[in-house]
Amino acid sequence: MSRITVEINGTTYEREVEARRLLIHLIRDDLDLTGSHVGCDTGNCGACSVILDGTLVKSCMLLAAQVDGASIETVEGLANGELSPLQQAFSDHHALQCGYCTPGMLMSATALLRENPRPTDEEISKGIQGNICRCTGYWNIVKAIKAASGQEVAE
Amino acid sequence: MLLRDVGYARPGTTDEALRLLGENEGARPLAGGQTLINVMKARAAAPDVLVDLNGIDELKGIELGSDGTLEIGPMTTTSQLIASQEARARPILAEVCSQIADVQVRNRGTVGGNICSSDPTNHLPPLMVAIGAELTIAGSSGERAVPAHEFFLGVYMTAVGPDELLTKITVPPGRSDGFASVAVGRDGTCIVNAAASANGELRVVLGCVGAVPEIVRPSAADAEAVRTAVQATSIEPPSDVHASSEYRRALAEVVAVRAVTQAAERAGG
Repeated sequence: MSRITVEINGTTYEREVEARRLLIHLIRDDLDLTGSHVGCDTGNCGACSVILDGTLVKSCMLLAAQVDGASIETVEGLANGELSPLQQAFSDHHALQCGYCTPGMLMSATALLRENPRPTDEEISKGIQGNICRCTGYWNIVKAIKAASGQEVAE
Repeated sequence: MLLRDVGYARPGTTDEALRLLGENEGARPLAGGQTLINVMKARAAAPDVLVDLNGIDELKGIELGSDGTLEIGPMTTTSQLIASQEARARPILAEVCSQIADVQVRNRGTVGGNICSSDPTNHLPPLMVAIGAELTIAGSSGERAVPAHEFFLGVYMTAVGPDELLTKITVPPGRSDGFASVAVGRDGTCIVNAAASANGELRVVLGCVGAVPEIVRPSAADAEAVRTAVQATSIEPPSDVHASSEYRRALAEVVAVRAVTQAAERAGG
């Protein structure tokens, strides 16, 4: 067992974790932050994506023990009383249907726009390459992210 | 997914990591985890102790020497290499790393991990052989440098022993390199890949066609010479869900030609 201290969306948590505990299970099951999802469990779908110390990662591919002292952002941290511009853009552009991939998509988009505030369609596609969606066909997701960046979107 | 119970250590130095690996026969190093965590989920491997290398600063970073030689720390993530100014001394490195998986995987996955897992479908093993990289291994008996063409010993097997660590990847300067692959989807798992170097002796190295990268030395850079050279190898590619042996054999010629053409163009040929 390891004792870890981790900050998530500005709140500090102290927990004892087994070394084999995946980060996604710490987040969802131990801390009740169920916004991040388990999709494939093999690091392919990206539904578990979170931002760790400023870096986009798949939380099913890390151990909870590895984030001692780290600062994590999950989808729960995006809204601030009301939907963030990115979240609003997802709603406006119908960028979700079942919503299962959406938290991961939002975190990937957040990370992308921080690094590249005005991405091209190609750069957006590359930025969400680690996130699989079974419902939308991706195009509305790309549009939503583009719109959230303040760029014009062809409807 | 529930992994098997495992111990965990997070050393701060290479020496400490080596000590931990030597102390426990079931100890394994944890680099980016983008392969090992999945393997542990499937319980295809079940180490007793994970020695997390992510806290070892001396294994990170890229240095560029005055002669253009690059020294790459194995715990450098693929993303860090792509963003590195120093790594531009050998542009093929970032070009190939950009084709690995996706942002999240590249943000954790390491250069050393991709090399040491020696998965036949990985990108970096054939590339390291093509560009003549040297891999430095540290263990209880000291340090030794192994040229890339002697480093990959089999599927998931390299010259790094169970209580040793890859500590440095040395890459000579060069700009006349090429890489081509046919993968499952864009930037997906490679079905067949080839890395070529035209800095001096022309060589092309095939991946995915055998247990270890296969070196091919075409007599010239034109397509026919490359195809002839590939046909003359004794490769017996595997058949699997992605491709038959025959298809891989045919693709090997195609990607070899593409990689060599790219390298030759950059050589001004």
